[in-house]
Amino acid sequence: MGSKAAALRLHVASALAAHVASPFVYRDRPTVETVPAGIGPVDVLTGGFPRGSLTEIYGPVCSGRTSLLISALASRTAASEVCALVDARDAFDPASAEAAGVKLKHLLWVRCRSVDQALRSTDLLIQGGGFGLIALDFGDTPAQAVRYVPLQVWFRFRRAVESTPTVLVVLEQESNAKSCASLVLQLRMQEVRWSQAYGAAGKNPLHHSPGYLLEGSKSHAEMIRSRAKREGDRLIQQEVFMHSGSNGVEFETEVIPGMHSLKGGPGQR
Amino acid sequence: MRFASIFVPNFMLQAVLRTEPALCECALALVDGNPPLCSVVAINEKAARAGVELGMTKMNAAQFAGLQMRPRSQLQEKIAHAVLLDIGWAVSPRIEDTTQDTIVLDLSGLTHLFGEEKDIGAHLAQRSSECGLFSNVAIASNVDTTRIAARGFKGITVIPPRQESKCLGELPVSVLCPSVETVETLSRWGVHTCAAFADLPVLQLSERLGQEGVRLHALARGATSRSLAIAEPSHSFEEEMELDDPVEELDPASFLLGRLLDQLCARLAARSLAAASLRVRFELQPFFENALDVHAETVHRASPPGVYENELQLPIPVRDSKMLLKLLRLRLQSSPPGAPIRKIVLQAESARPRATQGGLFLPSFPDPEKLELTIARIANVVGEGNIGSPSLIDSYRPGEFQMRRFLAPLEAAGAGRKRGSVAPPEGEQKSVQSSMSFRIFRPPVPATLELHAERPVRVAFQGLRGQVLTASGPWRTSGDWWREDPWQQDEWDLEIHFQSPSNGRNAGAAGHPDCGLYRFYYDVLRGSWFVRGIYD
Repeated sequence: MGSKAAALRLHVASALAAHVASPFVYRDRPTVETVPAGIGPVDVLTGGFPRGSLTEIYGPVCSGRTSLLISALASRTAASEVCALVDARDAFDPASAEAAGVKLKHLLWVRCRSVDQALRSTDLLIQGGGFGLIALDFGDTPAQAVRYVPLQVWFRFRRAVESTPTVLVVLEQESNAKSCASLVLQLRMQEVRWSQAYGAAGKNPLHHSPGYLLEGSKSHAEMIRSRAKREGDRLIQQEVFMHSGSNGVEFETEVIPGMHSLKGGPGQR
Repeated sequence: MRFASIFVPNFMLQAVLRTEPALCECALALVDGNPPLCSVVAINEKAARAGVELGMTKMNAAQFAGLQMRPRSQLQEKIAHAVLLDIGWAVSPRIEDTTQDTIVLDLSGLTHLFGEEKDIGAHLAQRSSECGLFSNVAIASNVDTTRIAARGFKGITVIPPRQESKCLGELPVSVLCPSVETVETLSRWGVHTCAAFADLPVLQLSERLGQEGVRLHALARGATSRSLAIAEPSHSFEEEMELDDPVEELDPASFLLGRLLDQLCARLAARSLAAASLRVRFELQPFFENALDVHAETVHRASPPGVYENELQLPIPVRDSKMLLKLLRLRLQSSPPGAPIRKIVLQAESARPRATQGGLFLPSFPDPEKLELTIARIANVVGEGNIGSPSLIDSYRPGEFQMRRFLAPLEAAGAGRKRGSVAPPEGEQKSVQSSMSFRIFRPPVPATLELHAERPVRVAFQGLRGQVLTASGPWRTSGDWWREDPWQQDEWDLEIHFQSPSNGRNAGAAGHPDCGLYRFYYDVLRGSWFVRGIYD
């Protein structure tokens, strides 16, 4: 069967040789338009978050998921785009987000109390259109609750955003969107950085010196899937998901100076 | 100078028909007066053909089969008059509010905008019919002639300069609005038309009819000369509707609101304006006042009993009636009136419509009108106060912020994005820090901490137990001691290694990692520990 198909392909290719060089090869695949995630190593790894697609960021708590999301929001709002954050558990901290560079005036924040509210709000926002980035934050929602979200919801989201310039980012503890996501990133925490050496007091130290200060954390981001394939200086769309376990980078995030005494209001910093 | 006049014949009837257009098809009579002395004050052509006469009592009129009777509505007449003024202001800035059914416009310079005078007349008549008022339009060289011609001639009439006397000649004397005694006198003389009246000598007329005779004589010849008494344009638009039967459900109320909004938006469009805010006011059935009071206390304290009020502040001026109806419906769904509606009042504050120039290389923004609808729909799902733009306030109290109404920025400050680029623009990357973000627990989670030498060593919260690996703190903050709700807290950043729970499952499987970086605080005033949030 396979050899017959190959022979047929060869016959068609030879018949069209005078007109088309390689009739079974896609000559012009659509270019994937991406936006920077705001964290250099992640941008280098992924090429940025694709527009008109669903991007999934997942990992356990403290893995740097929110930092990556906030960086992406800061990047988009810095480019004067309007973004929306659907916060399924009302966990967004405006003070630290503003300190991280998010223009709060460009951010529409939807504070939900349930998964259902978050999904309906996201649906309405996608239908409304015009947003540069829509983030659906299930970061604190129990993984079991998000697991119950029917697959057709993710398919609907994917279909709804695919012809728009909107980046749809979903933050979760586990990957749920399956093949509906064009880019899937898994994050995990590598280490927490303190102002003094972590290992100085042994393997399981109790660092109770008053001199310890939180400096930041180091996270590992692994690209689980991507629909984009790098070709020269551009990303092109490919039908088959890339699946590799060696696509990982480490990135560091730094604690915001004066984190314990952040104050809002114009002209305060 | 040239003037135009718009006259709405049978004004009382047209004011009612404007809100109930279905009545055009049947014989209609308006009745007025105190029962039982109600009499017919206006009738349409079909009613006249059926034999109904003005002045007939309501009891007599009720004997005509198929005759629809409606009470005269001064409210609708007031609104119809406002509509008439709006039609005038849509064409000329200088108009005179002559009577309730007549306005006069100054046409100076309008031929450059609308073409010939006949075209201006046609334009006025068309606008008038679009607003539900079928009117006569007359154009002449003086104010009084145009007013009289509009009352006397049907349709559009253009009187050339110095032809006033000739044109008005065929009209009956009654169009000059003489007093009853003068009409009787002229009738005895056999003077029935303006031409016959204009032929009378002025001096003798003055001797017999006095100053009124002289004034009417000048009117009949089209020889008066006076300037317009200019009316000031209003920026508030109001539409009202009284209901015969109170409406309980939202759907039929929406239907009526839609009709009023259509009329309101047509008036706004006629003036090239849009609604900046919309105020809806319902007068409710008195039987339900008690039930309403409970609701009014929580939602609309300012409203008097039996009245429901709600205001829709629009981020940009809108005059799309469908859009306004959707927004209004969503608002009414979230805070319903709570009793049957017997009167609807819609009031719009006007503003200039938004004019923006888009750009191919500018970032896309949500369409402000669509965004407002999206926000209203989401607010219906999550609650009014749970959607908006966060704004920090001038306070060191942890977690202090306020939600503001989200307004899409209309101007694009940034440059256009580069399509299809892999690497982000350099400037964009530099402007963003890789900062550690924080997730807040709302409300804070109560926790139990074990201290050793005044420093945390073990924690327990939400069924999780862990050992503190690294602790940084305390960060002491306090404030608002002058208020009733002061705060004083010691904050700690704790890196925690979680232990396996007693049921054998490990912490990671329960949705928590083995390690975590949390912020705890000790509320000094309450003497308790809480988890504020998590670094993520």
